[in-house]
Amino acid sequence: MKNTRFTAVWYTPFVILVLVSLALAGCAPAAATTPAPTSAPAATSAPAATSAPAATSAPAATSAPAATAAATSAPAAGQPVTLTFYYPVAVPGPITQLINGYIQKFEAANPDIKVNAVLSGGYPDTLTKIQTTIKGGGTPPDVAVLLSTDLYSLVDSNAIQPLDSFIQSSGGDSFTSDFYPAYMANSKYQNHIWSLPFQRSIPVLYYNKDMFKAAGINDSKGPANYQEMVADAQKLTKPDGSTWGIEISSDGIPYWLFQSFVIGNGSNVFTAPNKVTFDTPEVEKALQDFSDLSNKYKVMPTGILLWANMPNDFVNGKAAMIWHSSGSLANILKQAKFNVGVGDTVGEKGYGAPTGGGNMYIMKGIPADHQAAAWKFIQFMTSTDIQADWSINTGYVASRQSSYNTQAMKDYLAKTPQAAVAPDGLKYAGPELATHDNAQIQKFLGDAVQSVLTGKSSVADALKAAQQQADQVLSQFPD
Amino acid sequence: MALTSQATVETKQAERHLRFRNAALPYLLISPTLLFVAAFTLWPLLRVIHDSLYVQNQAVQTPRFTGLGNFLALFSDPFFRGVIENTLLYVIITVPVSVFLALVLALLLNRKFRALGLYRLAFFYPTVLPMVSAATIWLFMYTPGYGLLNVFIEFFHIPSQNWLGDPKLALIALMILGVWKQTGYFMVFFLAGMQGLPHDVFESAKLDGANIVQSTLAITLPLLMGTTLFVTTIAVINAFETVDQIYIMTGGGPVNATNMLLFDLWQTLFSYLDVGRASAISVILVVMLLVFTAVNFISTERRATYE
Repeated sequence: MKNTRFTAVWYTPFVILVLVSLALAGCAPAAATTPAPTSAPAATSAPAATSAPAATSAPAATSAPAATAAATSAPAAGQPVTLTFYYPVAVPGPITQLINGYIQKFEAANPDIKVNAVLSGGYPDTLTKIQTTIKGGGTPPDVAVLLSTDLYSLVDSNAIQPLDSFIQSSGGDSFTSDFYPAYMANSKYQNHIWSLPFQRSIPVLYYNKDMFKAAGINDSKGPANYQEMVADAQKLTKPDGSTWGIEISSDGIPYWLFQSFVIGNGSNVFTAPNKVTFDTPEVEKALQDFSDLSNKYKVMPTGILLWANMPNDFVNGKAAMIWHSSGSLANILKQAKFNVGVGDTVGEKGYGAPTGGGNMYIMKGIPADHQAAAWKFIQFMTSTDIQADWSINTGYVASRQSSYNTQAMKDYLAKTPQAAVAPDGLKYAGPELATHDNAQIQKFLGDAVQSVLTGKSSVADALKAAQQQADQVLSQFPD
Repeated sequence: MALTSQATVETKQAERHLRFRNAALPYLLISPTLLFVAAFTLWPLLRVIHDSLYVQNQAVQTPRFTGLGNFLALFSDPFFRGVIENTLLYVIITVPVSVFLALVLALLLNRKFRALGLYRLAFFYPTVLPMVSAATIWLFMYTPGYGLLNVFIEFFHIPSQNWLGDPKLALIALMILGVWKQTGYFMVFFLAGMQGLPHDVFESAKLDGANIVQSTLAITLPLLMGTTLFVTTIAVINAFETVDQIYIMTGGGPVNATNMLLFDLWQTLFSYLDVGRASAISVILVVMLLVFTAVNFISTERRATYE
């Protein structure tokens, strides 16, 4: 009798404990804050230990200022170096095959360097993997492809090293001048260059040429400004709701396409890594324009439109025009059963678009021989021919102007003239919103855009609130 | 005299030894589990409580003690209050609805009729799908214009809705998916519980003239209290942990209409890299779950029967 009561008393809290632990098993983040030695790639540490002084490979060295490439002498020749390279996949297509093909070429040209390529999920996963590895004291990869807008977060967490000395050794300005200036704008901070553009994109306007013709609109090019776009959309919208004049997605990263309106109005949403300008008259006007498409002109469905649905709506004839990433071109051309036109996105004063996509970074605290090898690898991956091939096969815009002079690219553009619009549009491009605490700041602006589009608040209120939230966060950063 | 006292001491020692062994045995038996629970639950939990007292984010890279600062900041943040409201709303609506539906389905299917297995399979099938696949399928069903659900309601002359793009509908859309996904799972527990019930009770009730409603209300439901307790607890925990479908379908939007605790936690840690705030959210989540589970147990403990 006594025995059963004993069990009964202790039973209840134990069951609660087990249930809560079940619950906690779902709370992965709780566990992830503790150091995770498993996430560190094993491959790098072995060769590093043999060829480099122990101090450099230790994570403690990240805080020491010395360890740049030129300072330490090169290791004995013939010692193979194995680089670890993290890359995310952000667009459809045989990305892994392409990357592995490039690496084979690179290894054939550099027999003393091996590259261990790790597919690291999406952009956020890649950043998380690297940040937790650094926090936990593990070995980060040598090279990684991360969003160009991650720059300030990476500098703040002491994760990357500037590339200036490498660039100097490879020709300085004459080396960087071939990259599109709009793309290089995302690589500079505190008078350093921190990354090279690798897989870059830009939003473009896709339009259904057949519908344009049927509505009596000149189909040789897209609308030149917001007013023209509205006029075209009004002609294209069918009253029964079977076709909308235009669809612009506002989920996921709503701030990105919204920036097209702002840049097309001759402005932008930030001026410095710690200063945003969400509540200026130009930005307010741009958000009003975005909202007017559904609420005033009725040429776009109301509510939030999903990024993933836009290409489907376009190829199915539900939308006569959409704004989407230049990276969707191949997919749209493959599926559409009509003539597809491509133009630039617009604001009231004309064309305008933010840049987008990923850059290549070299991580901080890796041994000197790895740094030298990493630089060779980055140079190779951003070289004229590789960038041309990468662009042809994925839809990314090649980051080098010379890539558009290669024979392969010329042949491709002869077949697919629509692909020439995106690189040309870079003339009108401004930098994508990039600040300290980037994800949070982008969300403040995105939430403001969404709350206006769904009628939850007025343009002025939404942007003022976003500005205040952003100011509060950014006031912690001196520059 | 001396001899007897020594004997008593020895008996007492043996008794104490026995009592110790009796008391220690349960702990010995649970020690392997306890070890794992300690390593993978208690330690992280303590660690999270510790981290929740520090500011550690993009601006403050070296942790700085703040006491309850993270909690105060969270509770004064209208955004976070919205997240809590969404979560509670989701729990309060989906748990009773899916437990009730599961019970009704189980009662209906706890009989013998043609194609019984087929019906059971049909209702259980959503459970087998991973949530990510289910969410992707429902993403298509909710698509404005040509999505299945809109085609269906347009048949009844209700205009097509932008289910996931309208702040008023998005949370409801997620609730529908949640209920659809888990009801069949809970139904199986109720079915198993019903089939374990003694037949003689029902027979004598029948002899006494009880109809099916009476015997269901007076016998089946009270005897199923243990199952109900278990199912409700699981349902509450599931509801608090809603995250996959948010990630796939709405990203917490539109305008945070579907942003719930676990998604916000994930975003705060992995997107904003704000360790202090994320730890504080974890602590709040654990406390809420603990309170729910404890209340649930205490209120039903006495009435439940365990077989």
